[in-house]
Amino acid sequence: MTKKRDSLPAEDRVGTNGRASVPRFGHGSRVPGWDEAVDLRKDPADVPDPATVPVPPQLRAEIEAHMAKYPDHRSAVIAGLAAAQRHHGWCSPEAIDQVACVMRLTPGYLVSIATFYDMLENQPVGRHSVYVCTNISCSLCGAEELLAAMEEATADDPDFNVRHFECLGACDIAPMASVDGVYVGPISLDEVPTLLEQVREGAPVLPAKQLTQRAVAEPLAVLPKGPTTYGGRMPEEALGPPAAIEQEPIGPAEGSKQSNEKAV
Amino acid sequence: MSENPTNPSSNGRTQPLLLRGIDEEGLHTLEVYRRRGGYEALTKALDMAPGEVLEQLQASGLRGRGGAGFAIGKKASFMPEGAMDKYMVCNADESEPGAFKDRELMQKNPHQLIEGLIIAAYTVGANRAFIYIRGEYQRQADVLDAALAEAQGAGYLGERILGSGFSLTLVVHRGAGAYICGEETALLDSLEGKRGNPRIKPPFPANQGLYQGPTLINNVETLATVPHVITMGGEKYAELGTESSPGTKVVSISGNVRRPGNYEVELGTPVREIIYGLAGGPPEGREVKFFFPGGSSAPVLTAEDLDRPYDFDSMAEAGSMLGSGSVIVVDDSVPVVDVALKVAKFYEHESCGKCSPCREGTRWTRTILQRVDDGTATPMDLDIMASVQEQILGNCLCVLGDSMAMPIGSMVQKFRAEFEAHIEAARARNPFGDEEPEPPLPVVQGAAA
Ligand SMILES: Cc1cc2nc3c(=O)[nH]c(=O)nc-3n(C[C@H](O)[C@H](O)[C@H](O)COP(=O)(O)O)c2cc1C
Ligand code: FES
Repeated sequence: MTKKRDSLPAEDRVGTNGRASVPRFGHGSRVPGWDEAVDLRKDPADVPDPATVPVPPQLRAEIEAHMAKYPDHRSAVIAGLAAAQRHHGWCSPEAIDQVACVMRLTPGYLVSIATFYDMLENQPVGRHSVYVCTNISCSLCGAEELLAAMEEATADDPDFNVRHFECLGACDIAPMASVDGVYVGPISLDEVPTLLEQVREGAPVLPAKQLTQRAVAEPLAVLPKGPTTYGGRMPEEALGPPAAIEQEPIGPAEGSKQSNEKAV
Repeated sequence: MSENPTNPSSNGRTQPLLLRGIDEEGLHTLEVYRRRGGYEALTKALDMAPGEVLEQLQASGLRGRGGAGFAIGKKASFMPEGAMDKYMVCNADESEPGAFKDRELMQKNPHQLIEGLIIAAYTVGANRAFIYIRGEYQRQADVLDAALAEAQGAGYLGERILGSGFSLTLVVHRGAGAYICGEETALLDSLEGKRGNPRIKPPFPANQGLYQGPTLINNVETLATVPHVITMGGEKYAELGTESSPGTKVVSISGNVRRPGNYEVELGTPVREIIYGLAGGPPEGREVKFFFPGGSSAPVLTAEDLDRPYDFDSMAEAGSMLGSGSVIVVDDSVPVVDVALKVAKFYEHESCGKCSPCREGTRWTRTILQRVDDGTATPMDLDIMASVQEQILGNCLCVLGDSMAMPIGSMVQKFRAEFEAHIEAARARNPFGDEEPEPPLPVVQGAAA
């Protein structure tokens, strides 16, 4: 009879192919919390009793205003959780209870929502969020280095929540980041300290590089269909009116000229 | 070369429709938008019967700009008639890597979208409309909220719009970061306050969508085009672009190009013109290695395909798709494995987990690609990966898994030699991969018995 795999000491748990097997928790499973049995005597948390869950009036008013916009008030869960997150810093058990109380939903239901969406935080985080995009276009322009620099510079500052993010829909200013909701880019590595300092001071971050400053490349747009006039690489002078786009050639470390044109 | 019937211009180029004067100061306000002729299309549409507006949309041949390229006229015609709760939803989730056109359209010209949305809702008789915008677009959502309040104040939204019998309420609904919520049925679930999991289709949203009611759902760019279709007339609009892909398209172009950005082109413009002529091509001394013609979900094309016309059918013919119209250019300095790994990581992260082939398939694809990169793979792993892709394709409720399988499949197919060389080089560099040399097998008591 073979000894049961899980009862082997961890270092002996080697797959049949001779390779070290998948990392496992102390209890032998790959699933965290696997050995914590559900307490079957306990009922799942109910919709909280309004008498026992105090909700800050401002938060309550905000959630109720969102609920009123929809035919079914449950549509306001994301808005409700986002409001509670702004209030508490993250979707803490307390925050969840308060939303549950106002929306008349179970905490379990709200946790299922809070764990689904990337922007809802399930752990305490720094109050300044810096989402660095590391998707295709940004990483082609040096996003990994940017993220590393940001992480290093904020490593012992608990006020920052620096994390990588999937494409933020601003690949034209790659490599970019969303800093407390404001899109900035292209960010060069030597701008990182300035950017972080501006966040700490509550000043606008890299004002000239904010997305809102960027003009669309309109003058060149809408070509007639027809045989192409360009073979291979383009000579610089054939690139058309220089005013078309204000952005210089890409490259992570290069600065870029920005248009002074005011846009939304 | 086709002449734009309404806007012939001095240089022979067609004038942009969606991006016309897009950087004009204050365009996001009602005042400037109206001064430029805004909301006249709505007035015109409300003077027509809904059926007549539908005819114009059908005549225009306008195909959806969100990914699938389904004609809006056809989709709208599937909506049942009669007085029931019907819904109009605008898909502004735009989370596909490489896409950023909807952002521009909403941020700079929000009224264009709102006008198109009202016309579309009028056409199908929907009285409640929602714009589902991704949570990261905070600025754009604020702009939309402000525009909406202005439109409401001017009587373009609300009860009995412009004195007609048509009423419409509009809500800007912010998401919270999930690519899957761009898939139309996942979006509806998310909008109903659930986790964004795709639904079984049929029933399609046109029959049973939001809150079980018939729902028309369209992309931002599709709806922003609607006022232009009404102003020009469907048939005139159809003269733009190619026969099967009429109109103009805002192309988001990014990656290894000198001038990334949004450009509006007539469909059918050669890809070379877009990548080299507009975006300036790759940086000095580099060449286009491959490009995604329609966002990260589209199979990649190579330099050989540069002279193909950029439209729905030509891209399909080339074995790829136009998708959301986002071109990501990768130049010859970038290893293909790096890009493949990025793509796989993205889809693994964004898979909602409802269907096993997608949840597990994206994870295994990422794992195998990681092995390719760290030197623990063999060339056989590429075949295993191909079989994983095969298990995903067509076996899930939505095409998120397929959207990973197809581009990665195309990369392996077109650059197999490079993948194999990458495997060999990584193995030579690091025979044990990232792992420690393994301990000897333990002798387990009684194992032989
Ligand atoms: C995984 C996935 C993600 C999608 N993301 C988006 C999106 O972000 N925006 C969008 O407009 N359509 C997206 N779509 C396409 C929609 O399902 C739908 O086809 C589209 O919104 C219809 O609008 P249209 O007919 O105007 O193109 C996505 C589809 C899938 C399968
Ligand atoms: S890839 Fe970074 S914003 Fe799109």
